[in-house]
Amino acid sequence: MKTKNLTLYAIYTWLFLFGFIPLCLVFVASFLSRDATHLMTLPFTLAHYKALFSPLLGHVMLRSLMMALITTLACLVIAYPFSYFMARSQHKSLLLLFIIIPFWTSSLVRTYALVAILKFNGILNTLLINMHLITTPLPLLYSNFAVLSGLTYTLFPFMVLPLFSNMEHFDFKLFEAAEDLGANRLTLFFRVFLPNTKRGIVSGSLLVFLPAMTLFYIPNVLGGARSILIGNLIQNQFLVEENWPAGAATSIFLTVLLLLLLLMYRKPRGVKS
Amino acid sequence: MQKSVIEIKHLSKSYGTNLILRDVSLSIYPGEFLTLLGPSGCGKTTLLRLIAGFEQTCSGDIYIHGTCVNQLPPQQRDVHTVFQSYALFPHLSVFENVAFALRCKKTPKDEIKARVQEALERVQLAAFGNRLPKQLSGGQQQRVAIARAIINRPKVLLLDESLSALDYRLRKTMQYELKQLQKSLNITFVLVTHDQEEALSMSDRIAVFNHGHIEQIGTPREVYENPSNLYVAKFIGEANIFDVEVEALEDDELCVTVESRPLRCKNTGNHTLGEHLHLVIRPEDIRVWQLDEVTSSDEMIPGTIVDIIYKGSTVDLTVALPTGKIINASEFFDEDDDDLAYTVDEVVWVQWYTGWEVLLPYEN
Amino acid sequence: MSDWIKKIYIGLVYTLLYFPIFVLMLYSFNQAQFSLQWHGFSTHWYHELFQDADLWLAFTHSLFLGTCASFIASFAGLVICIHLFLHSHRPNRTLQSTLLMLIILPDLVLGIALLIFFNLTSIPLGFFSLLIAHITFCLPFAIVAINSRIHNLDINLYYSALDLGATRSRAITHVLLPLLWPAVMSAFLLGFTLSFDDVIISYFVAGPGYNILPLTIYSLVRKGVTPELNALCSITFFLSMLLVVAAHRLSRKTSS
Repeated sequence: MKTKNLTLYAIYTWLFLFGFIPLCLVFVASFLSRDATHLMTLPFTLAHYKALFSPLLGHVMLRSLMMALITTLACLVIAYPFSYFMARSQHKSLLLLFIIIPFWTSSLVRTYALVAILKFNGILNTLLINMHLITTPLPLLYSNFAVLSGLTYTLFPFMVLPLFSNMEHFDFKLFEAAEDLGANRLTLFFRVFLPNTKRGIVSGSLLVFLPAMTLFYIPNVLGGARSILIGNLIQNQFLVEENWPAGAATSIFLTVLLLLLLLMYRKPRGVKS
Repeated sequence: MQKSVIEIKHLSKSYGTNLILRDVSLSIYPGEFLTLLGPSGCGKTTLLRLIAGFEQTCSGDIYIHGTCVNQLPPQQRDVHTVFQSYALFPHLSVFENVAFALRCKKTPKDEIKARVQEALERVQLAAFGNRLPKQLSGGQQQRVAIARAIINRPKVLLLDESLSALDYRLRKTMQYELKQLQKSLNITFVLVTHDQEEALSMSDRIAVFNHGHIEQIGTPREVYENPSNLYVAKFIGEANIFDVEVEALEDDELCVTVESRPLRCKNTGNHTLGEHLHLVIRPEDIRVWQLDEVTSSDEMIPGTIVDIIYKGSTVDLTVALPTGKIINASEFFDEDDDDLAYTVDEVVWVQWYTGWEVLLPYEN
Repeated sequence: MSDWIKKIYIGLVYTLLYFPIFVLMLYSFNQAQFSLQWHGFSTHWYHELFQDADLWLAFTHSLFLGTCASFIASFAGLVICIHLFLHSHRPNRTLQSTLLMLIILPDLVLGIALLIFFNLTSIPLGFFSLLIAHITFCLPFAIVAINSRIHNLDINLYYSALDLGATRSRAITHVLLPLLWPAVMSAFLLGFTLSFDDVIISYFVAGPGYNILPLTIYSLVRKGVTPELNALCSITFFLSMLLVVAAHRLSRKTSS
């Protein structure tokens, strides 16, 4: 099957050329310098990495981590009971479809939809004023609250899907067996159900935490100048400051962080198997 | 000597370091029903796949009709396979499934219609042409798979554990139908199975496999009544095994001691004095006498009944011999003995007729 | 009692999830321009939308880009999946890990990686840079989607076809392809949706000559809320939703 082999090699070449090589280039670029005429040039330097630990950038990093963490927790808390109900429902496939739709459709559009709701004379404020709960509109947009809402809103399906697929495989007959042995509802949850959903929790958390740090358009649209996260920083470094090596260094730092998290995810699995 | 339709010479096959088949040689004759029998992983399916052409040999040759087919792809070998999962094309109707081979050869439409109809009638599925495989039962699916494979009138049909997915009753029916079909078509069938009862009931010859090697080939009777070694004796049917030594020779008989009791056996294997042997006796060949039925206890071994299992047509007894050895005996209800009433812990005499035992060379 | 809690909770979550979209769609029919008060039903903004030539150009560009990228990725994915299915006894670990890495890698990092690559290789930013980038991120999804379905197939179907006299290519086209077809279509539709809606990667590798819809929407969003934008977003969302539902139906067809 010569043509088959040809196409196979073509694909491997493609992935190498447009996947592997560009990533290596980022790594190399992070050590380069910039001057007036060239975006990236020798000599090699560690200056960009050092700058990452400076107060300014360090502050951005910490804030990004915090936001991502809060988003992940919020998604987890809301999605966990939701996934549970979905897993036990008879209309699983229908419910699943309505979660998949937001998962695949443009999150930019959905973020934009939030603007209409959160803005100064938007839906939420209008509603609250009409219900006489407040007298002046709340400045909801362009705040950390807006960014968090946006991130949670966008990434919610990313938490539901791994949790659901994990819970779907749970043998609910274990509940009967445990009850038979004398377990009460609390024990059922903490000792029977929860441990078995660990994998779903970890997968979902990873799928939310990673993008929460890199989706730059959500803080851009919903947040103000103060809400700069790592994603915005990198975008800024590349396209505004045109400091590509710096941007590369930040990206590498981010990637290494993510890889570490992934390794932590793999390890418990290794112990199990 | 009949000319073989398939000849396998010194075939070996390994996957990496895993040796699946070692030095297998076999002749398959036209019109016979041959079964490859063995436990899972013994290489019988691999042999089938090698004959069909889905795998390449590592060493050795395969001849079909005298031509060496080692390099020939499956399409060009005159053998067809019925898979364990039937492998019916789910998106094609029964008619199209059966017609597939003919369509590949660009057979004219009318001929296809006639031949497919004929094949479906042979397997009693004439009215099912328009159905899809998923609308059929297991037994019906298997018949479609067979119809599909025989439409080209291959010389050999290979069946890979085709009956193992069916329930007991259906299996028995299909075994009978398959045998009838084979006789009416006069095609060589090679069946792979791990079920020895199936092998015994359907085959003209059985090849017993053990770890990639053929231990014995013979008719069901030969394999059952004259196993060539302990493996075959234990794999087919049940066996009680005693380790004995030839103590005396007398004409065509020899004397051994079993459980401190002298016994005579037929010396069919030309055994010599002092030779170590395994004495194999099948449960159904053992007679269990109650104390009051016996006048002379020569050639008998005493024992105590440990367990009684009533099985309807037989009573299976577990008997403990004086040294503690446990043997199994199977007594039939027949006109000689229509009232088998044993009790546990009853002392009995165990006996078999001289010559009904099998003597095998000693193995460690 | 707990049944009601269940239903209320699920209902609440779905409401929260879809409410913003619903609001968006509703207000795309609003008559007034800046107010969010309801001023009467009107398709005015949709008419404005259809007059806007630039938007239409961006729309057709995205459509074309998405179709090309997803088609190439799905085709490549199909070929590679079939090849691996027929030729190896175990799933290819290195390929799987590489693809998983690509899926998990944040779009942002891939975007800037490609930007640096294009800069160094002097590939101009425009249609082709976008196409390369989109194929690169669609490919892992296509492979994973088709692969998971191909392993549900009984490989003996292929061997059976060979056994009955089919050539290798006939066995693939007449037996494997008809069974894989829904999965390939599903992969194509999902790849198209990914490409059509992509903001982050496109942001870095797009050039001035080739406008695509998501980036146009992005710049309009930052400028401010207009009902015309509402109309545009409503259409985009509705289109994506149709594709997702179609892909979902197709993928369920293969598994059953």
